[in-house]
Amino acid sequence: MTQTVMEIRDVGLEFPLPRTLLDLLNKRPGRVVNALNGVSLQLHKGETLGVVGESGCGKSTLARCIVRLYEPQHGSIHFDGQDIFGAGMKKDRSYNRRVQMMFQDPYSSLNPRMTTGQILSEALKVHKMRPEDEIPTRVAELLELVRLPQDAAQKLPHEFSGGQRQRIAIARALAVEPEVLIADELVSALDVSVQAQVVNLLLELQERLNLTILFVAHDLRLVRHVSNRVAVIYLGRIVEIGDSETLFANPSHPYSQALLSAAPSINPDDKGEAIRLEGELPSPLNVPSGCPFHVRCRHASDLCKSEVPPLLAQEGRGEVACHHIEEINQHA
Amino acid sequence: MTDITAISAEATPPQKTKLQLALRKPGFLIGTFIIGVSSLLALMPGVFAPLDPNFIDYNAVKQPPSWAHPFGTDMLGRDSLSRVIHAYSVNMQMAILATIFALIIGVVVGALVGFYRGIADMIFGRLVDAIITFPFLVLVIAVVAVLGPGLVNMYIAITLVGWVYYARLMRAEVIAQMGNDYASAGVVMGYSDSRIIFRHLLPNAITPVIVYWMTDMALAILLGSSLGYLGLGAQPPQAEWGVLIAEGRNFITTAWWLSLMPGIAIVLTGLGFSLVGDGLADLLRPRG
Repeated sequence: MTQTVMEIRDVGLEFPLPRTLLDLLNKRPGRVVNALNGVSLQLHKGETLGVVGESGCGKSTLARCIVRLYEPQHGSIHFDGQDIFGAGMKKDRSYNRRVQMMFQDPYSSLNPRMTTGQILSEALKVHKMRPEDEIPTRVAELLELVRLPQDAAQKLPHEFSGGQRQRIAIARALAVEPEVLIADELVSALDVSVQAQVVNLLLELQERLNLTILFVAHDLRLVRHVSNRVAVIYLGRIVEIGDSETLFANPSHPYSQALLSAAPSINPDDKGEAIRLEGELPSPLNVPSGCPFHVRCRHASDLCKSEVPPLLAQEGRGEVACHHIEEINQHA
Repeated sequence: MTDITAISAEATPPQKTKLQLALRKPGFLIGTFIIGVSSLLALMPGVFAPLDPNFIDYNAVKQPPSWAHPFGTDMLGRDSLSRVIHAYSVNMQMAILATIFALIIGVVVGALVGFYRGIADMIFGRLVDAIITFPFLVLVIAVVAVLGPGLVNMYIAITLVGWVYYARLMRAEVIAQMGNDYASAGVVMGYSDSRIIFRHLLPNAITPVIVYWMTDMALAILLGSSLGYLGLGAQPPQAEWGVLIAEGRNFITTAWWLSLMPGIAIVLTGLGFSLVGDGLADLLRPRG
């Protein structure tokens, strides 16, 4: 039985927009951006869970909630059985030690005025990971772990390439010996050749250090490569979650099908027609009622317009949130 | 898992340090020179001044510039050059003392309201609006009028009004810096707020404040001399540029050098601070 390290239950987060004069005159309530609308998922020990979705669907918001950069208004996140936003946990810095995050932009995630050595030793000192006199040794170990040369410790971030900076970010996260790593678009700012190096390094470290990884990305092939399980997010809701190979080979939710068919195939014989989605991604300011996907879905019925489909386990598949799951997949 | 070859550090050509680059700029060099000489004069005026600035000689009243008195003498026969040089002590002291406390208070307050926002930030915003509505000089004169004239009260008055400008600048810069992920990374790493504010954000946000500080020192000298001129700052017979200009005012047509020489000193020192500030802006900017 797999062990659950983190449980996200029905998390909802909205960002209020400032009320405009027009809103005030019309006595309308202020508008809100619904970034997350009830996301539930579990993170199992040692796995890599991929999170995919279009831009603006709430992937990064979810990642930022998990590391407490945002506090969700609804639902809860439990780590090791404890609510991380609960009264006792909120000030608990050891949670920040155990759950670490790596950011998308390697050019802004490192303090430009601190050398690599300072960045790493600061993390070690604050969390008292090593006695003072062992810190330089540990910094050297960390640099070796992420395959950076030893003289990197004396250099400032601007002296490194994007890929090297992401390795420094990985080293900083690993300095505090976390159990869970959140990788928010870790490599999307990097060249393809460097992406592979950084991702493979991450996977290798995961194996060696027994890490649990939440891998947020929009690159589907990359997610397929790294993940054991995948969650597909649409407008702040999980529409499908399941075993990576099953989901990629045989997506069940009409949105997953459309999303995956949009990714180019490297097989030249694969002339399977892409499912073209109609319309734009609806604004999170104004999420459609019922199933958020119904406005773009070929299979939508009246039921989809009024009722939110629950995320249910399907036989031989993962969990899917769709009213018409059986009809749709009969044809397939 | 595929094997990853270690990436060696890219070979970087030997780069000139920023100081070397800055010293190539003539403006920064000239500014540093002016401020250096001014500081020297301020620290030991007795060494450079030919005569005692308060030595009265009724036999040599209002003499035009000559070899004996290069800047001439005033209505009491005091040597103008010596008085201008001795005034460096007071005026350079103004540049520091009228600004340093405003700088410290402004940086701390600005960083805190910029980081925490919320109610404190709203109150701060209103306060800034209220203070900035008034012309700086008018507000300072009002405070001096309440406290009474004199150098110390003048410093207090300028600090009370001036910190707002530093705080406003610092707040904006901290908010801009917080858009960078390294600030979020600090939160994720579990660092304390004070560590994030003062160790991470402040060093990155302070550059424009330092540059403003340099120009503000020039302004402080100007303001201090203005108040001295109006009789609200340094009091005669203390040698201070504003006081000296005020003393010469009555004789501006017959003894022009009395007001002109301290005026030149003000312009030169102000120019020096501005040039240094300009050079520092380049020097302090981080790369990449």
